[in-house]
Amino acid sequence: MAEVIRHTWQVLADDYSTAGEASASLKKVLKQLGFAADIIRRVSIAMYEGEINMVIHANGGTASAEISEDRITITLADSGPGIPDVGLAMKEGYSTASDRARSLGFGAGMGLPNIKRCSDDLKIETEVGVGTTLTITILA
Amino acid sequence: MKQVTHSVTLETDKCIGCINCIKKCPTEAIRVRNGKATIMSDRCIDCGECIRVCPQHAKKAVYDPMCEMDRFKYKVALPAPTLYGQFKFAQDVDYVLAALLDIGFDDVYEVALAAQTISDHTAEVLPEAKKILRDPLISSACPAIIKLISIRFPELVDNVMKVIAPVELAAIAARREAQEKTGLPPEDIGVFFISPCPAKVTALKYPLTYDKPVVDGVLSMKEVYGKLIAALDKIDEPPRLSTAGFRGIGWASSGGESRAMGEELFIAVDGIQNVVKVLDEVETQKLHHVQFIELNACPGGCVGGCLTVENPYVARTRITRLSKMVKPELDKNGVDPLKVAASEVMWSNTLEYQPIMMLDADRGTAMRMMSEIEKTAATLPGLDCGSCGAPSCHALAEDIVMGIAQEGDCVFKLRERMQALFDEMMKVQAYMPPTFGVRSAETEEETAEKDLEEEKNTGTAGAAGTAGMTGSAETAEDAEAEAGSEGSNGANGSEGADPEK
Repeated sequence: MAEVIRHTWQVLADDYSTAGEASASLKKVLKQLGFAADIIRRVSIAMYEGEINMVIHANGGTASAEISEDRITITLADSGPGIPDVGLAMKEGYSTASDRARSLGFGAGMGLPNIKRCSDDLKIETEVGVGTTLTITILA
Repeated sequence: MKQVTHSVTLETDKCIGCINCIKKCPTEAIRVRNGKATIMSDRCIDCGECIRVCPQHAKKAVYDPMCEMDRFKYKVALPAPTLYGQFKFAQDVDYVLAALLDIGFDDVYEVALAAQTISDHTAEVLPEAKKILRDPLISSACPAIIKLISIRFPELVDNVMKVIAPVELAAIAARREAQEKTGLPPEDIGVFFISPCPAKVTALKYPLTYDKPVVDGVLSMKEVYGKLIAALDKIDEPPRLSTAGFRGIGWASSGGESRAMGEELFIAVDGIQNVVKVLDEVETQKLHHVQFIELNACPGGCVGGCLTVENPYVARTRITRLSKMVKPELDKNGVDPLKVAASEVMWSNTLEYQPIMMLDADRGTAMRMMSEIEKTAATLPGLDCGSCGAPSCHALAEDIVMGIAQEGDCVFKLRERMQALFDEMMKVQAYMPPTFGVRSAETEEETAEKDLEEEKNTGTAGAAGTAGMTGSAETAEDAEAEAGSEGSNGANGSEGADPEK
């Protein structure tokens, strides 16, 4: 059976300083597994943007990664407010981030578009008032 | 793989096998084996962190002895600007340069002057580079950082500026200038760098981004310091020797390189652990708004190098003072463009990613190893105590799976095993093989007889007999209690005792 490696991280609400730790530790694993620099870069950007999204919008959540030989699947699950209009959220520059998030230099409306750009497949399951789950696939 | 040689080495006699260095190494390159620290050569970036933290001073930098100079007819010193900040009584840069001539050099060529040329070059290429790169351009001046990036940050290899370091440019220019001045053949001219750190020693002797070394030797600032102190005493009126301005001299401390370029959207990071954090952020594109990043492995920049003498904070203040004293027009100076062509400022080799952290070239194998590592790591205590000789529990798990360590290296695991062994021993000790049991029953009968005798003497009516197989060390009370509570046993016991009655 093909080997699959799984990692899970908790992303805390409103914690801008530790956001990025999941991304950094996933990067270390991918380097040890010998994935190409470009793949590692795309994974780390998508993961980081996802982490930040959960910090800004969703009271935190869970980030997990499933690594197999030919692909990396990242799941970012939160029980936040959900995305009312996914089409709008995917538009570059569109943002519903709070003033506080913007004052910290986040919320430029590039999160989802950036994730989309870095992934080979992006699945968004969202329900207003229930939460959002992003499933990002990056092929190696 | 190319054999890497390092300036950072271990004096085995002094090493007591403590864990200070293994915990500080940014590439987890050190393990304690057989009671001594050992450095994994392909991981070492010569940053000197281990030298800084070793309480035994067992880690040291290897450099050339000053007598190497004697091999040459004409000797040129390349002082790093950091050198200027080392002396309390040097009133200006000219004093330090004159002192270098006094201790045996025929000429000096300031690295600070070459630094100004590199700054101009960087300012020139930056706009072009930023068009191609999404993320900041990274300074190539600190060789420890270049090596760090080449083994830990594969995605950033292209962001490193492809220019040689100021000392390398200074060496090329100094040699040509000396040849012109003296008419001597190149082999008679010795060009020596006075280095603040081991990383520069290694980088100059075993260059990574070009083929042939450009210096003839690298001396340690510490060693030259003693000689210069004595020489400085004798200098009253030094001649005008300094050629570099504020911009070049400022390179000695963190932030100087960026200021010299006039770049505003820059950050200057010093200290290897801080550098690692910032590079992690560059990789996740957190810092894409920054144009240029100056990175120095040593705290405070080159003034914090482990081959310097003066406290880096004092040196930094002194350098600021000295650089304000030099004439402002010197800021415009640089390496004569007729001597060194712009193309020579560029690296001739590309910086390549060295995947030394990779577990195996075959991904399937690497994945299996990784699973094994995670499983192993989960069984370790997670205290990262270092007693196993690896920097963290996770590193030990990696070592175990790679076959260079074993579970028993963990003192907690060892204790667990000892406890298990001890429990097993207790079990074995308590168990009586059947044959032993027969023999012990015989002896027990004898004891029981004695017990009965005693009971008769004290007048206690008791039916205590042999209490079966439960042991021979029981007291009379125990036997009594058992006889009372265990009906059948007691009955047996009575049977045994009956004939006596």
